[in-house]
Amino acid sequence: MTFPTTRSRSGGSRSRPRGGRRSASAAGPLMAAPGLILLTAFLAIPFLGAVVMSFFRIQLGNPRPPRFVGIEQYARLFFDPDISATFLRSLGNNFAFALVVVPLQTALALGLAILINRKLRGMTVFRTLFFMPLVFPLALVAVIWRLIFARDENGLLNGFLGAVSGGAIGPHDWLGDPSTALGAIIVMSIWQSVSFQMIILLGALQSVPPELYEAASIDRAGRWSQFVHVTVPGVRNTLIFVTLLTTIFAFRLFDQVYLLDKSASINIEATQTVMYQVITTGYDQNNIGQGAAMAVVFLIIVAVIALIQRRLIRQEGGVE
Amino acid sequence: MSIVRSRSGSIATRIVEYALLAFFALVFFAPIYYLVVGSFRPGDQVLTGVRGFFPTEFSLENYIDVFRRFSNSTTGYLWQFIAVSVVVTALVLVGGLVVNSLAGYALARMRWRGRSFVLLLVTVLTIIPFEAVALPLYYMLSGSRNTILIQAIPFVASAFSIFLFYTFFLGIPGEIEEAARLDGAGPFRTFFTIVVPMSKPAFATVAILTFLAQWGSYLWPVLMVTDTSVRPLPLELSVFQAAQPPEWGSVLAFGVIFILPVLIVFLIFQRWFVASIASSAIKG
Repeated sequence: MTFPTTRSRSGGSRSRPRGGRRSASAAGPLMAAPGLILLTAFLAIPFLGAVVMSFFRIQLGNPRPPRFVGIEQYARLFFDPDISATFLRSLGNNFAFALVVVPLQTALALGLAILINRKLRGMTVFRTLFFMPLVFPLALVAVIWRLIFARDENGLLNGFLGAVSGGAIGPHDWLGDPSTALGAIIVMSIWQSVSFQMIILLGALQSVPPELYEAASIDRAGRWSQFVHVTVPGVRNTLIFVTLLTTIFAFRLFDQVYLLDKSASINIEATQTVMYQVITTGYDQNNIGQGAAMAVVFLIIVAVIALIQRRLIRQEGGVE
Repeated sequence: MSIVRSRSGSIATRIVEYALLAFFALVFFAPIYYLVVGSFRPGDQVLTGVRGFFPTEFSLENYIDVFRRFSNSTTGYLWQFIAVSVVVTALVLVGGLVVNSLAGYALARMRWRGRSFVLLLVTVLTIIPFEAVALPLYYMLSGSRNTILIQAIPFVASAFSIFLFYTFFLGIPGEIEEAARLDGAGPFRTFFTIVVPMSKPAFATVAILTFLAQWGSYLWPVLMVTDTSVRPLPLELSVFQAAQPPEWGSVLAFGVIFILPVLIVFLIFQRWFVASIASSAIKG
């Protein structure tokens, strides 16, 4: 859970290999080899493959060989009305999802981490309950929330709202209505993964020296001012890390949408993401080249976000 | 202890804190509770609004139905889905711990030609999410569809795990290894007898994160598995819930069978699990 940017602590690691330790020269590559070979075979080569495939029209099981089409498939993403409308909408959904989830989930995670960091009686039980959703695979999360969001009065949420309001609030089609479909996915996603960010922030909170809080309370700093002047600076780097992680996860959104689209009557226009389109185009419609072009664009977006955030962290003085 | 503490929190704040804790506990637990309660209700009683939330019925019918339903070669066998998930996850977990820790160690502790290039490569590869390469991999490996091995092998090596190990190994003192080396132990023996036992937190963190990701893995099986005999649990669950008309009771029972072993392990190791992730996250 650390940044790739973390500067290595052993001073000499950047220096040229001196061949210093006798037996180590052969053992190093030997130890690294299995991991490197696998990474190359299943990540680096397929990545290059995606770039190459994006220039070809490819279908699996088609006897005709792949046909070179140049940048046509990239151009289509933005200019061919048949494809670009859906693609740009997917991209928009991705950004909307990230813009809501990243700040909301990070703030919530910080709040929850502070809450469970308090030494109160029964805290172990609360912590256990808070962490539980983390072990739930998305396939199961989708089943549970599909029932909660079910559209008629038999859905749990609708039933609950109806009962609380004495029948004044009628049933709503949460997943089917375009105005609430993305919101429903957001709630489901935050429910499942906020605990992860919370754990990381809890670790950071516990590493803030308690003397700082004591000093602050001697200075008669209130709760809020302690939070602003001690807590936030103390966990700042972790907070940035968590934000980066959440952003990248937000762009990878796929499982929930695909699962619900295959089973429930989710409004797919309002919820489809770039990854969803990559898979439906490449796999379901067997248009692998076009899907690969989308995957490359997706990757560029993720990489740009990662680089921007990394640059911001560097300016802030690095993680250490 | 509570007297000392009360300096920083009056009774009023204590009440607010407990109220918040209770509220969020409810939010996090309610869906899980709904799953479990629903699995014991007759199928047509699951989707009944708020009533479905109260444990008014108790029947094991759904569980019996799941066992009965998945007991022929057309639907697949329940034990088979579980076995596939267990085997694939175990392969990725064990293989990954060995391969990634070795690579992390070679990068952190050894001096060899090309090391800094490899370190850069691993760093760059951490940015590439699996989703971005899923399609070309599917195209390249479509000849190996419906095998156990192909579900596991692409996930054994992980740039992120290598990086986690790398930063951890950088942080441990080198004197002990030096002593072992002077005693004539080779690098592999030093690694397995000295370094590995010292690095339990790193291994635990990587193991937990790998396990959670792999146990719930969905995208790759969607692409690579069509045959019920090698179908992992998440894929079968999604197929099962998409059936028309949906049999909610049985689907939920299947879900409980899916999550129960994980939940039990989690409850036993909960403290440890949290401490381990939290400490590795802020390291470095």
